[in-house]
Amino acid sequence: MSGANRIAGQGRLTPARTARFTFDGKSYEALEGDTVASALLANGVHLVGRSFKYHRPRGIVSAGPEEPNALIDVARDAARRQPNVRATVQEVFDGMKVTSQNRWPSLTFDVGGLNNLMSPFFAAGFYYKTFMWPKAAWEKVYEPVIRRAAGLGTAPTEEDPDHYANRYATCDVLVVGAGVAGLSAALAAAATGARVILCDEQPEVGGALHYDRSVTVDGKEGFVWAQEAAAKLAAMENVTVLSRTTAFGYYNHNFVGLVERVTDHVARPDRKAPRERLWQVRAKRVILATGAIERHMVFGNNDRPGIMLASAARTYLNHFGVAVGKKVAIYTANDSAYEAAFDLKRAGVQIAAIIDSRSKPGDAVLNEARSHGIEVLPGHSVVDTKGHRRVSSITVVRNGGGGKRSIAVDALLTSAGWTPSVHLFSQSRGKVAYNAETGQFLPGTYAQDCLSVGACNGTNGLQATIEEALAAGELMARATGNDGGEKVELRGENAFEWTGGMAGAAEGAGADTNVKAFIDFQNDVCAKDIRLAVREGMHSIEHIKRFTTNGMATDQGKLSNLHGLAIAAETLGREIPKVGLTTFRAPYTPVTFGTIINHSRGDLFDPARKTPMHAWEEAHGALFEDVGNWKRAWYYPRAGETMQEAVDRECRTVRAVAGVFDASTLGKIEVVGPDAAEFLNLMYTNAWDTLKPGRCRYGIMLREDGFVYDDGVVGRIAEDRFHVTTTTGGAPRVMNHMEDYLQTEFPHLKVWLTSTTEQWAVIAVQGPKAREIIAPLVEGIDISNEAFPHMSVREGKICGVPTRLFRMSFTGEAGYEVNVPADYGQAVWEAIWARAETLGACAYGTETMHVLRAEKGYIIVGQDTDGTVTPFDAGLAWAVSKKKTDFVGIRGLKRPDLVKEGRKQLVGLRTKDPKLVLEEGAQIVADPNQPMPMKMLGHVTSAYWSENCGHSIAFALVEGGHSRTGQTLYVPMPDRTVAVEVTDMVFIDKEGARLNG
Amino acid sequence: MLLIYCPYCEEERSELEFRHGGDAHIARPTNIADITDEEFAEFFFLRDNPKGLIFERWRHIHGCGRFFNAARDTVSDKFYASYKAGEPKPDLSAVHPATEKTVETYEATEGTAK
Ligand SMILES: [Zn+2]
Repeated sequence: MSGANRIAGQGRLTPARTARFTFDGKSYEALEGDTVASALLANGVHLVGRSFKYHRPRGIVSAGPEEPNALIDVARDAARRQPNVRATVQEVFDGMKVTSQNRWPSLTFDVGGLNNLMSPFFAAGFYYKTFMWPKAAWEKVYEPVIRRAAGLGTAPTEEDPDHYANRYATCDVLVVGAGVAGLSAALAAAATGARVILCDEQPEVGGALHYDRSVTVDGKEGFVWAQEAAAKLAAMENVTVLSRTTAFGYYNHNFVGLVERVTDHVARPDRKAPRERLWQVRAKRVILATGAIERHMVFGNNDRPGIMLASAARTYLNHFGVAVGKKVAIYTANDSAYEAAFDLKRAGVQIAAIIDSRSKPGDAVLNEARSHGIEVLPGHSVVDTKGHRRVSSITVVRNGGGGKRSIAVDALLTSAGWTPSVHLFSQSRGKVAYNAETGQFLPGTYAQDCLSVGACNGTNGLQATIEEALAAGELMARATGNDGGEKVELRGENAFEWTGGMAGAAEGAGADTNVKAFIDFQNDVCAKDIRLAVREGMHSIEHIKRFTTNGMATDQGKLSNLHGLAIAAETLGREIPKVGLTTFRAPYTPVTFGTIINHSRGDLFDPARKTPMHAWEEAHGALFEDVGNWKRAWYYPRAGETMQEAVDRECRTVRAVAGVFDASTLGKIEVVGPDAAEFLNLMYTNAWDTLKPGRCRYGIMLREDGFVYDDGVVGRIAEDRFHVTTTTGGAPRVMNHMEDYLQTEFPHLKVWLTSTTEQWAVIAVQGPKAREIIAPLVEGIDISNEAFPHMSVREGKICGVPTRLFRMSFTGEAGYEVNVPADYGQAVWEAIWARAETLGACAYGTETMHVLRAEKGYIIVGQDTDGTVTPFDAGLAWAVSKKKTDFVGIRGLKRPDLVKEGRKQLVGLRTKDPKLVLEEGAQIVADPNQPMPMKMLGHVTSAYWSENCGHSIAFALVEGGHSRTGQTLYVPMPDRTVAVEVTDMVFIDKEGARLNG
Repeated sequence: MLLIYCPYCEEERSELEFRHGGDAHIARPTNIADITDEEFAEFFFLRDNPKGLIFERWRHIHGCGRFFNAARDTVSDKFYASYKAGEPKPDLSAVHPATEKTVETYEATEGTAK
């Protein structure tokens, strides 16, 4: 037998199929199909963790995803480790290593347990109060100590070697939950021919049928019927049945996120299989059959190991064959818990007593208990428990006062009733309604095309549940246009109807007491904490929740929310629905980051865009920088060169000889149509109707508010055709901006826009020898200075392939930008490079490009401007047409704030110490000796060492900058203050002679 | 994730294919160069932020590329209409209750902070 508490003949696991695992280093035997919780209980282990705040010993409370206590660390190997796994959900696989959490130095001896004795200092809201003073102590004393003592689990340090999959799916009807209700709904929906997805978080379908052995459906034991029903569904072509699959989030328009755990239960998983799979399901209709969660009773010291939910004990017995104790008492306010006593008694476990806080339990269960010879104490309450690492006795009193009685037990099962699982319904933005009769929040107003059936809808009784679910399945399927098939009929029977239930503190844990009656085990929130919160002025349930942290642990208060609400309502003297329920948020249970991001990691995190010349650049030693998604050649270091040395050499060579640069990433838009010039007149500040075909112009694009949005050179290829270039990063938004105006504001214009960024490879050849480099390669274009001056464009051929050849410059040198169809990019580049190399030119990268353009005073939109800079601020007033009556931004430019004095304007800066290079982003002040906080005048936007100038250069946005030329300003840095002189922005060739050479 | 009906493609597609484009039916003044500062502020900066029905622009950017308008309830995210750019604002009073025009601020819901 795998574990002393396994009872022969009980449960559904196969005794011969065993697996071994370790818990805190000790080896245990389990059966295949065990959860960690059932295997530990089989081996008599109840103490599995320490609580968050008080470090109290804690055991297993539930048998499902609602588990607040039994959080463990599960490892397959060093890298495959996950903290905060619920022991009640994790299936055992052979070789797994389980470690308890939140204890130091060991589970049985925990120093943090002192917190329990110090608990007066840890009252509700202690986060906000206790550790506020003295201020210095927070950083040095409180925080390190709290961090050491608190925190759930530890994150793995190694990269996750597993992979995770993603799948999109659509269906007519998605059924969440495969208990009696979900299976019935799925059967009815599937019979019509509808496409159905049925998911359930457990390894096997059945839901409550796992424990409720008194149920039969169509004459079969409920659990057996459920497996057959699922098999029948799985065999249908129109049905997908997903087990181990949790619907964790219900989003807009019936979009539901599911996580399927594919390999976490397998000892030696196929490494090709994903660990988990995210299903993004869009369903025409959704049926929620999510059941209900049993609540615990709230009384003094109700958190000892060995105290658990009655239904959990039934699951451990009836499904796993494990007895949770040898002498068990039941404490309940609800009939259903009696059946736990009956099942255990039949299995040979001694039932010490059933303590029922109600004076009148249901007759049927009462009679059955008596027939078993079980002592029932109606109108009694458990007010205290004893036992260090496991409950050893309970103290029982008659309600309203009476003699105390101590009963020796080794397990106590409690049930305060059932909370319908309305989490997904609430996530769907449905509004819950309070049913005062049953004390339940139930689905009220629906916001989406979904229905709730069974226990999550407050439906009592097996046959009622089946009929409700069958009707919903059929209705929803028909609503999606499926009307085939025969009507499904099912007949269910069960032994007892369940009535009763309570919420809030039980007798002996009321407002007049000071006992530790836990409502939220994971966050150590007691009934008295809720009352304290109310006394301290928290009257909204949202405030009470945050003040006490009730329901804010990883279990999101699945057991505790209603208790907390009931105690708050009682303390406030208001009705429960008046106090209100906090909103349920996704995810229903924790979801791994791996599942959420699935394939989007490593190389697939973001696409890398590479230019046609990328391979050449790599082969020639380029280092790359990321610009948006682009990989751009940054600089080409030669053996032994530092970055600065390489950039200095490239800068010198371009101005002395020439350089070749990959400008393919520039955004390009082809603007075509009879109204193209008129359209560009509206999109840019410049005038385009005056631009002759074959000529180019530098254009500035504004937003409607008058700020610079993008810039670039535009060439007029023909009367009705423009070749527009944008900044590298700006291409998509400029295209969107143009489309927006064209489609919605100027739809009368006959213009067509095409993104051509990736259609053209662009090779910039810049420098005194640029013409000599390309001359022998160009056909059909006269590239003499006279025929092809600066800012011209021609179509012709280069190396035998079509080209749009631009005479333009972003360096200040005479130069060309050779556009060729992308597929020819590398070939033409190599031909140009062969010439360039012979003539002593170099290949240069983006860093050199940045320096060269700054030497010439050319700005980079997005670096030297930040979305609050006008063309005037940037010194580009010349590019704003004064004749046009309209362009985007024309009115924005006249706004009072944009025309007033003292705006930040772009200027050049020269450091007094010519060798010093400023830091981009550094702040600028007029007087470095003024008291703090200093008056900041602006900041440095670009700063470089200029090898060609022999001194550093910089641009800055400075308040009133244009009228400060010649002034000395200061840049305070942590280690020194740098004096700078305000200059104009052109540092080389101010008259522009080189451009036209 | 929303499911959005593109009136050009004439089908519902996932929100992933679309980009939101702000409020609809805000025409750019044809005499924009001549409007007052107040008129410009009204046109460019000020929006209602309604709790309830909003008329907004979408672009089917990863589909047909067209801009269109839609009417959505900002509370439920339910769409009440989806129509081509340039078409008039539909009258939805029969299918959608009146919209609260107030902008929701802390002061509006909780009163002035003391
Ligand atoms: Zn479309």
